[in-house]
Amino acid sequence: MTWVLSNLGLIWARILDHVVLSLPPIVLCFVIALPLGWLARRYRVSRGIILTGAGLLYAVPSLPLFFVLPAVIGTGLRSPLNVIIALTLYGVALMVRVVSDGLDSVDADVRQSASAVGYSAWSRFWQVELPLSGPVLLAGMRVVAVSTVSLVTVGAVIGVQSLGSLFTDGFQRGIQAEIIAGLVATVGLALLFDGALVLAGRLLMPWTRKAGPARRTAPIEVSAA
Amino acid sequence: MIEFRSVSKRFPDGTLAVDDFSLVLPSHQTTVLVGSSGSGKTTLLRMINRMVDPTSGSIEIDGENINSLAPVKLRRGIGYVMQNSGLLPHRTVIDNVATVPLLRGTPKRQARADALTLLDTVGLDRSLADRYPSQLSGGQQQRVGVARGLAVDPNILLMDEPFGAVDPIVRAELQEELLRLQKELDKTVVFVTHDIEEAFLLGDQIVILREGGHVAQVGSPADILANPADEFVSSFVGADRGRRALHLERHGDRDAVVDSDGRLAGVLTSRPAPDAVLGAEGSR
Repeated sequence: MTWVLSNLGLIWARILDHVVLSLPPIVLCFVIALPLGWLARRYRVSRGIILTGAGLLYAVPSLPLFFVLPAVIGTGLRSPLNVIIALTLYGVALMVRVVSDGLDSVDADVRQSASAVGYSAWSRFWQVELPLSGPVLLAGMRVVAVSTVSLVTVGAVIGVQSLGSLFTDGFQRGIQAEIIAGLVATVGLALLFDGALVLAGRLLMPWTRKAGPARRTAPIEVSAA
Repeated sequence: MIEFRSVSKRFPDGTLAVDDFSLVLPSHQTTVLVGSSGSGKTTLLRMINRMVDPTSGSIEIDGENINSLAPVKLRRGIGYVMQNSGLLPHRTVIDNVATVPLLRGTPKRQARADALTLLDTVGLDRSLADRYPSQLSGGQQQRVGVARGLAVDPNILLMDEPFGAVDPIVRAELQEELLRLQKELDKTVVFVTHDIEEAFLLGDQIVILREGGHVAQVGSPADILANPADEFVSSFVGADRGRRALHLERHGDRDAVVDSDGRLAGVLTSRPAPDAVLGAEGSR
């Protein structure tokens, strides 16, 4: 405990490092997986290629990937970019299938009636299919967020600083409190990200909370929105 | 006026859903397409807003071939109501009704104000405006669907078995409501159903379809009931049985009207003049 108290500054710095490394992959993988997932759902040929490719990508272990990436994309071995790109790839691998499943989960009747009243394919995607696949996408993003926060720690092995550095440093110097502090902070950060996503889901998808059987006799609810 | 000119539709799987179909649907009238499943009635309806394009033949709206119109623009000008309402589950009632005006670029405030008025038109309480479709009963959802169909004040309203999924009491209410609305609004309504009673109740012109979009008979309810074109029509409308096949029985000094099962349908209070016989079913 004394170690923690006397190293609060260090822990805080590592937390910030960790956030900087984990936020970009989480956001980027969503942006990249969206068109890929759409493509996977749209055509039979692309579906096979994209989903199989994503599955294989996810099978690559993270540590070798951290080593191989610099050689492939020409970054330095210790560049934080390696971690960000590698984790984006993992996120994409996971989210592509989720996006494709999410779009699949939209009721065919709703999709058809949207077209019938005059949605163009483009506006139907953004205004109908994307929001309605929201709950599935959210579930996927929660997994991605938590696993990304956890995987960032592996970067410490190749010298990219994060909360994982508290593990490596703690192991090398035999400071148990440092290891535990790193672990607790990592889990805490994962929970924080997860909570933020759940909150965003509530704000963006108010209908999922109000949905339910008709309440005829209940007092009229008038939402502020 | 909507006109089908020798329209055929073969689906990619080889099914011939509609075969050489020609028909004129007069303006400001309700035309009901009625037939069992596989008769191509829904396919015909969906051709009018180009959800389905014919394999051959052409469809004209007020003399203009709809093939020359962009599908999205065409659809935004035609009201469409379907079974299970087809409402957007993530939009409130008011936003569902305002959907098409918003797509056409009407300012949001204006579109919502108009939508509130439409709730009155279809007999829904304004307090439902901020609910989501899943918070409404089936009948209420269907009314919202009708309001949405009317939102751009279209000349044409397409209705694809709109009352198919609600219980009989609510269905009867909705049918009455539609008759009232039609009297007020005077749209060109194309209504698809498999229920002949519904067709007779709502239709000015009834089109009875058999397999493959072949027309078995076109006419007013009275025409069809009094002069069924053939066995198929006669059996489809039930003119040969049950409560449609009536005969007179003498009871004392009154004529009682009795159906084919022997149940009393009523008593004859006066005999119409011989040339007015057809009016009996037609007046409703």
